Amino acid sequence: MELTLTDIIFYLFAATTLASGMLVISARNPVHSVLWLILAFFSAAGLFVLMGAEFLAMLLVVVYVGAVAVLFLFVVMMLDINFTELRQGMMQHMPLGVLIGLILLVELATLAFAWNFGDDVAKNAASPTPVDATVTNTEALGALLYTDYIFIFQTAGLILLVAMIGAIVLTHRDRTGVRRQNIGAQVRRKPDDAFDLVDVETGQGVTLPPKKG
Amino acid sequence: MNGEIPALLPALPEIILAIGAMILLMLGVFRGNGSFTQVTNLSVLLLVICAAVMISEVGGERQVTFNNMFVTDAFAVFAKVLVYMGSAIALLISGKFLAEHKIDKFEYPILVLFATLGMLIMVSANNLMSLYVGLELQSLSLYVLAAMNRDRLRSTEAGLKYFVLGALSSGMLLYGISLIYGFSGTTEFDVLATSLQGEGTPEIGIVIGLVFLLAGLAFKVSAVPFHMWTPDVYEGSPTPVTAFFAAAPKVAAMALLVRAMINGFPALIEEWQQVIIFVSIASMLVGAFVALVQTNIKRLMAYSSIGHVGYALVGLATGTQAGIEALLIYLAIYLTMTLGAFAAILSMRRSDGMVETVDDLAGLSETNLPMAVAIAIFMFSLAGIPLLAGFFGKWFIFLAAVEAGLVPLAIIGFLASVVACFYYLRIIKVMFFDEPSGAFDGEHGRSVSLVVGTAAVLNSPVSFLLISSLAGAAAWAANSLLFQ
Repeated sequence: MELTLTDIIFYLFAATTLASGMLVISARNPVHSVLWLILAFFSAAGLFVLMGAEFLAMLLVVVYVGAVAVLFLFVVMMLDINFTELRQGMMQHMPLGVLIGLILLVELATLAFAWNFGDDVAKNAASPTPVDATVTNTEALGALLYTDYIFIFQTAGLILLVAMIGAIVLTHRDRTGVRRQNIGAQVRRKPDDAFDLVDVETGQGVTLPPKKG
Repeated sequence: MNGEIPALLPALPEIILAIGAMILLMLGVFRGNGSFTQVTNLSVLLLVICAAVMISEVGGERQVTFNNMFVTDAFAVFAKVLVYMGSAIALLISGKFLAEHKIDKFEYPILVLFATLGMLIMVSANNLMSLYVGLELQSLSLYVLAAMNRDRLRSTEAGLKYFVLGALSSGMLLYGISLIYGFSGTTEFDVLATSLQGEGTPEIGIVIGLVFLLAGLAFKVSAVPFHMWTPDVYEGSPTPVTAFFAAAPKVAAMALLVRAMINGFPALIEEWQQVIIFVSIASMLVGAFVALVQTNIKRLMAYSSIGHVGYALVGLATGTQAGIEALLIYLAIYLTMTLGAFAAILSMRRSDGMVETVDDLAGLSETNLPMAVAIAIFMFSLAGIPLLAGFFGKWFIFLAAVEAGLVPLAIIGFLASVVACFYYLRIIKVMFFDEPSGAFDGEHGRSVSLVVGTAAVLNSPVSFLLISSLAGAAAWAANSLLFQ
């Protein structure tokens, strides 16, 4: 079997994904874990590009690397969680973890061997990838999302609205007695409101005028 | 893929509700928390308008739109009328309680409206994806409502518990959907039904997916063994929110379950029937036996609702048109009983705040006879004593079960309802024969009295006059679900 350039790039990205994935859970320093996670995301994005799914690749970089991983980094650095303490029970629970892992492996294997599509799968497939090479997959996704799936798209928007309302209802507090900056009042204030010029006779002293508002 | 605008008329009430809810949200934002009463009243009005538009403009004919994601038919109209009623009444009875507990925020009616919208989408779902987004819209609003009283530990605990377990059940549901999609290539109910029709033995992947789907939906209707959240959430949430939880979402989730099974998986009836029968028996038994030891009346109502879900599921287990008809009748009657009972619980108020144990009802017949009589009617009706509305619900359900050859299921249901009678009758005994433990404050608001009164009349032997028209409507609705 001859290795093409694409194959070599695939194995490179795949190996990087697996290796950095392993390092995410084995790194001692949690900050390093998050950095490895970012590398894993990047190489997964590379795999998506190889498959021709460039939109997903961009999404992975923008959303996961740009937002989620940075959020992780913030949380890890700011909360100062004692990870060695969290790891303490690890050896105790190891047998159980290994058992669950084995069961999942067996399940995957059975699924892979017993995988049997129904007769109509190919016929039913809702939206086949456009064969036409002139349509990029970003365009194809957009054209589907805003036509056939407009109902779900809009409802998802409503769900996000509810999430926003919920976050405000559950956390917002009206604090009374807080003095906020009032820019209008500051701008309206004239020199006359703030101070008076008083000629002071020598040896007389000053009687302070009543305070102005 | 096409550029045409989909037909909007079938979804007109939902569109009006969504836009109306957003307008009311803006109204609330700009007028502040003083606008609670105004926004609540307008929300009730909006629900009434949507229901009227649905009945007059959409009608009971089967129509699909949005690329077959959304369907409306007589079944949807019947279930949606119940959902609108449940939501509107829950809003009406909540004002006083929320104001007293200082949680009368304008977001409350808005969240109820969005939850209602989610339920309408659930009822009209014709695709596993629209099923999921409708369910999430409803659930997310309900999580927030449960935690509404955020300064009380029990309410936040209820909200968090509901959220974590709800997310878990959504995960199971999605996993099931992904398996079904992977093995059939579609998420659309009609296409699913036709592609599953021909095969001899169904693919194992589809069956596993179906079981996961059922597990996720059983959680949403709080059927055993996915009922653990119900008592805690019912007890911890503010009482008007509990009243809302017990009524409309149950109807919507049940309608969704029926449509998904009957329209989507008619060929797999042997598979899902076993699951539904098991879940139904377990719910009836847990609802009957665990409720015996409850002292908090909200917890007791939670177990009672678990039991009632079990009875309603008997109707689905038959898989026949008569069974679905009985299920719809049962849901309609359950709605009146449960809203009436919760409105009565809302009136259990002493000068030092709300009380919610069964013993607080002691001697109610001497201090407030009309209320005691009303609660007695609800309890008799919930127990299914003949002459009251609840009896007809159980009667139709058991009749359908016997006709479909599920005699053991009907017998277990009957025995469970005999056990359940005990705790309903205990409440009546406490009210009429125990020493009075102090009167309740009469001040519980006009709308609460109105709801208690109307529900009591509907559940009393007057129901004889109404049951035939209700049965007619249910038959019309059940007939519209396509039976092969």
